[in-house]
Amino acid sequence: MTTLIKIAPMRAKEQKAVALISGGLDSMLAARIVLEQGVHVEGINLFTGFCVEGHTHAIRKKDRQREKRNNALWVAEQLGIKLHFIDAVDAYKDVVINPKHGYGKNLNPCLDCKSFMARIAYQWMLANGFDFIVTGEVLNQRPMSQRRRCLPVIAVDSGAGDRLLRPLCAKHLPATLPEREGWVDREQLHAFHGRSRKPQLALAASFGIEDYAQPAGGCCFLTDSSYSNKLRDLWRARGDRNYELDDIMLLKVGRHLRPRNNFKLIIGREEGENRFLEGYRERFTHMRALSHSGPLALIDGQVDENDLILAARLTARFSQGRDAKSVSVQVNECQGDSRRLNVVPLSSKQVPREWYL
Amino acid sequence: MMSERHTLDARRLLCPMPVIRLQDFVSTVPSGDLIDVFCTDPGTRSDIPAWCRINGHQLVGIEEQRDELVITLRVGSGEGRHP
Ligand code: SF4
Repeated sequence: MTTLIKIAPMRAKEQKAVALISGGLDSMLAARIVLEQGVHVEGINLFTGFCVEGHTHAIRKKDRQREKRNNALWVAEQLGIKLHFIDAVDAYKDVVINPKHGYGKNLNPCLDCKSFMARIAYQWMLANGFDFIVTGEVLNQRPMSQRRRCLPVIAVDSGAGDRLLRPLCAKHLPATLPEREGWVDREQLHAFHGRSRKPQLALAASFGIEDYAQPAGGCCFLTDSSYSNKLRDLWRARGDRNYELDDIMLLKVGRHLRPRNNFKLIIGREEGENRFLEGYRERFTHMRALSHSGPLALIDGQVDENDLILAARLTARFSQGRDAKSVSVQVNECQGDSRRLNVVPLSSKQVPREWYL
Repeated sequence: MMSERHTLDARRLLCPMPVIRLQDFVSTVPSGDLIDVFCTDPGTRSDIPAWCRINGHQLVGIEEQRDELVITLRVGSGEGRHP
């Protein structure tokens, strides 16, 4: 008697892709396209410290009650994929300080930044046994990092090579490994290019995606001219192009005024900012009007007695006592000594425009 | 085995740092244990529960104490853990 053994058909190995999820529509669509093709997708989101993630909302009192969400988490939940956050603050410094391909309009090193993100995704892919990387880049969408000649640079600089798939504009580019191996069907990928958002909106509608974040003015503070000026000023004043996370967080908060080369003042603009700045009292000499209500001011830099008096007069200027003959200001050195200075507040004419960073 | 209760201080950190700290902490804690996360960024009220849902952890409760939030979760099984 012959026994028939039924052999189950060999199941092809499930391909796994890691998608860079920024929280915006393009990376959401890119991940969704690959998910639709039966690929297992997980997301990663890199925190560089410069990300626009509602920090000012978290700090300012009037905004604290507003509902706020982390868009990358929200996107991952909509897609039904896991999301892994990566603390890239330290590793990212070299990108901002020494960008091989230079800066954009402000201190945004977009091309180096994209390569950095793809490199981190590639390392994550290798460490976790994944097969390829998915990003939401669109050919010629942005002036610096998405031009035709830039996309191969990102693939090469990051080390990801042809394991880097851009589903939104793949048809404009040579076939990558996932396409050649048949892990994804190239025919179902797209040929988006340029700045028009219409194709993305139409694709979103076809997937039934109605809600998505529309980041205004780019994905990070480095594209902001006022923020970039403050960072340049910080480097100039310290004589060193370096920073810590606290430095770049503080650049997002308060008024920054530099009356002299050796110091600047960071002055809270409202209660929430004052409370946030209070968290830095042990690291900075700080002052606040005592005789009148007024904001907290941190002093960043080395100061002598004359500087302290000038700083106190400025702090008084931003207090309710700005028109008083004299304001009493409490000065707390970061080493713990404290005293009072009675000063005449500066008038508006005595605060030149150039002091404001 | 008795589950343990841990505390994570994420005060003064702005999103997504509290979630990153939690993600790293969870990878060192056995499933079934409880974690109380102390936060000041109001965004954690939605971000930590979303992160729990995505990664297979159970949100136990959110308590508001003046300007602070205490978010309690039970660590899920290996399936949803950060690799
Ligand atoms: S805008 Fe910022 S986050 Fe986006 S690519 Fe440029 S430097 Fe990177």
